[in-house]
Amino acid sequence: MSNGPGSKVYGDAVSALRDILKDGQTLMSGGFGACGVPENLIGAVRELGARNLTCISNNAGLDGFGRGLLLQTRQVRKMISSYVGENKEFERQYLAGELEIEFNPQGTMAERIRAGGAGIYGFYTRTGAGTLVAAGKEQRIVDGETFILETGLVADIALVKAWKGDTEGNLIYRKTARNFNPNMATAGRITVAEVETLVEAGGLDPDQIHTPGIYVKRIIQGSHYERLIEKRTLRARSGGADALVS
Amino acid sequence: MPWSREDMAALAARQLEDGFYVNLGIGIPTLVANHIAPGTKVVLQSENGMLGMGPFPYAGEEDADLINAGKQTVTELPITSYFSSADSFAMVRGGHIDLSVLGAMEVSESGDLANWMVPGRVVKGMGGAMDLVAGVKRVVVVMEHSAKDGAAKFKPRCELPLTGVNVVDMLITDLAVFTRASRSEPFRLAELAPGVTRAELRQKTPATFLD
Repeated sequence: MSNGPGSKVYGDAVSALRDILKDGQTLMSGGFGACGVPENLIGAVRELGARNLTCISNNAGLDGFGRGLLLQTRQVRKMISSYVGENKEFERQYLAGELEIEFNPQGTMAERIRAGGAGIYGFYTRTGAGTLVAAGKEQRIVDGETFILETGLVADIALVKAWKGDTEGNLIYRKTARNFNPNMATAGRITVAEVETLVEAGGLDPDQIHTPGIYVKRIIQGSHYERLIEKRTLRARSGGADALVS
Repeated sequence: MPWSREDMAALAARQLEDGFYVNLGIGIPTLVANHIAPGTKVVLQSENGMLGMGPFPYAGEEDADLINAGKQTVTELPITSYFSSADSFAMVRGGHIDLSVLGAMEVSESGDLANWMVPGRVVKGMGGAMDLVAGVKRVVVVMEHSAKDGAAKFKPRCELPLTGVNVVDMLITDLAVFTRASRSEPFRLAELAPGVTRAELRQKTPATFLD
């Protein structure tokens, strides 16, 4: 794999982050639940030990997995998330006042990231009007409907996970592991991608690229993917009612 | 006799029309998928980035990259497409989804919805609920008529923090169905569960509604 001077390709997650990760930074990381999480890069953030981080991710990770790892090591000062349901360590730190949380409606969060990456200061949305989410935000009434101003989000570093990538940083995601990853890829001052399969430029069909390489500054081939499933729901083979197996 | 969870899901499923794009919430709303009338084509959207959600997989066919918004393993169909979270909520916010079925903690007589936060308890977050109620064309709420301690849930005003203001078009509880033709009209009783009397319903419902 071409990884000489000027190359975007790094040998592993730690070497891709070592010289750019700093205390107090804002980090975005893709994933929905355990699906599409940049596991290797988050592991490297844990290993490199940066502290006082603001983490923008839809969920807070699971205990012992994904962003949950950074909570265990107390590296996170603030989370911006839409739903943090499955993390006991998160709950404990939040109740103890050790961790700040800003809840964003999921679609508002996704659009704030999209706007941030596209150079748009903010947008007016109906979502959250008349709720706690609207507190302190500019409001505008148009044709009798209330809209609130939400601003774009960017991060010092965005960590994304894709299925396949090439040495130019072009990315292809797989199924619902796409989620926030392509939006976050656009909104990092430095975006670092990890992929399950890394190929030379030309190895991916240009018509199938989801994230064009311009957004991706560094890329690594990930390893040891856990393929974790949070809720294994199955259908009975013999027909009849759907069986729920967790 | 009050309606069961499956009965309530079946009542909600009657709202699904042929060709509808539908988002189902977690809990009873998920059961609605089991009651879609044969011959009715309904496309399910999952807000984590999937249109055309299929049933749960057979054992051995589950895929960690293929989950719904409830984080359950699901399958794809010939009609399926995948997209980013921003695209998913553009669909939701832009009014492209015909109907959403959601659970609730409280509904007010003017159609306010509270379903994400109880002050003093650990807050898990609103997920996509605020976006769904703000953008989907028609919102059907399915909930128990009263809380476990007997407290009313359909009331003059919500006491819990709101998910949305004046966003509920239809309310299905285990005792009754309430509906309204537009968001400027009050709710009207549309159907009573078998054996439930009007007097009993009135007694358990502080919200104002038309008979």
